[in-house]
Amino acid sequence: MLDDFLIRATLAGIGVALAAAPLGCFVVWRRMAYFGDATAHAAILGVALALAFSMSIFVGTITVALVMALTVSALSGRGYAMDTLLGVLAHSALAFGLVAVSFLSGIRIDLMAYLFGDILAVSRGDLAVIWGGAALVVALIGWRWSALLTATLNEDLAHASGIDPRREQLVLTLALAITVAVAIKVVGVLLIAAMLIIPAAAARPLSRTPEGMALMAAVIGTLSTVIGLRAAFVLDTPAGPSIVCIAALSFVSTTLVSSLRRAA
Amino acid sequence: MSLVHVHDLNVSYGARTVLSRVSLRIDKGEIVTIVGPNGSGKTSLLRAIIGAVKPAAGHVQRAEGVRMGYVPQKLHIDETLPMTVARFLKLSGHVTAPQINEALTRAGLPDVSRAQLSKLSGGQFQRVLLARALIGKPDLLLLDEATQGLDQRGSAAFYQQIEQVRQDTGCAVLMISHELHVVMSASDRVICLNGHVCCEGTPAVVASAPEYRALFGTGTGGALALYRHEHDHHHHHDDHTEAAE
Repeated sequence: MLDDFLIRATLAGIGVALAAAPLGCFVVWRRMAYFGDATAHAAILGVALALAFSMSIFVGTITVALVMALTVSALSGRGYAMDTLLGVLAHSALAFGLVAVSFLSGIRIDLMAYLFGDILAVSRGDLAVIWGGAALVVALIGWRWSALLTATLNEDLAHASGIDPRREQLVLTLALAITVAVAIKVVGVLLIAAMLIIPAAAARPLSRTPEGMALMAAVIGTLSTVIGLRAAFVLDTPAGPSIVCIAALSFVSTTLVSSLRRAA
Repeated sequence: MSLVHVHDLNVSYGARTVLSRVSLRIDKGEIVTIVGPNGSGKTSLLRAIIGAVKPAAGHVQRAEGVRMGYVPQKLHIDETLPMTVARFLKLSGHVTAPQINEALTRAGLPDVSRAQLSKLSGGQFQRVLLARALIGKPDLLLLDEATQGLDQRGSAAFYQQIEQVRQDTGCAVLMISHELHVVMSASDRVICLNGHVCCEGTPAVVASAPEYRALFGTGTGGALALYRHEHDHHHHHDDHTEAAE
């Protein structure tokens, strides 16, 4: 069954969608969208470093993503204007990454594969890494779920319940770095943030509880993957962007339905 | 043994000292109110007690195994976060449906457990926060201006509820308030704070203390008219006026 490249691609996409769903909810609730972007864009630098030192791409991207995420976490709340800081970091990481890749003249790299993903070329090994990483992210967030929610609601409330909000932030940071590293093959660095935010945002109008929203985001992400890949196959469009397009359409429809329901 | 014992506590943010040499203790079952002008370090004191800020000097000593229930000043629920009242109350650990109903009743709410937090009125929301603090059966309840945004009748009712809770459960209460005339009648002890402890004692003693009147003037609310007489000395607290709340 895994011999079919389309099945491998679908399974890879679903793996990413499942990890991105609970994490994406926190990204939405904590207004970390730009934070996700910065971490994802930094990953291209990780790709360059991994190729230069002939490490695995996964190790390279996760390291750089983690360093970027920790830097942003450390700088936050120190009086910098956060959106400016993230804007500087996100785009300079991307630019430095692109420049670094250009130095690697000895190696032929398909840059587009890292920017937009190359889901149709997912191997069995990639699949193992993606599902392993996704399982780790889901386990990490599931383990800290209540503490993460409490810290998201109010930091002082968390302190009073014996929860350290900085530690919970670190958990999310780690989960984000892992997700970026496993999603790079599927949607590429430019669209990782989309896989985090759009299914979660589309799930919001349909949910009454945080758990419901995370589950619904997983369903929407999975459906977007399956339908997007099918559409890419039929219409001969790029696979990663097609998945994101379907997710975006689902966001539009759930938002419309909920505003119609509210008006009625 | 006190529930909480604060020894010579100093709190600073960067170079700015917000609290200096604050000492106080909270005993079982008493209601203590902290009053003080804006920027006097009231919230910082509460945050130090729950462990959210590290003391620059001195320390906060909590009794072994003391359970604290905290009601924050205000809690902004992001529109993007769906949360029913029941789910919110379950966040603090394993909680059963009867426990949720008990906490809601104790906080003076009808059964709103299925309502979304973002759809509640200000008064209901504060009571849900109170219910959340009560669900862990606290020995000490900490309230930071819990009635901000409520009208006078609403906050009077809220404080009556707090007194009722103390009567029923025997927990101690430490609260910050601006609404002195509302709170004072319910307090066993009042601590007047302005970067340091200016004065403390029973409500009547504090209300007539010159330090207190130097901070609040003589016309703060009808209930204080009883204690109104002229200042006998002035108090300067310029170093603390810009301190963070």
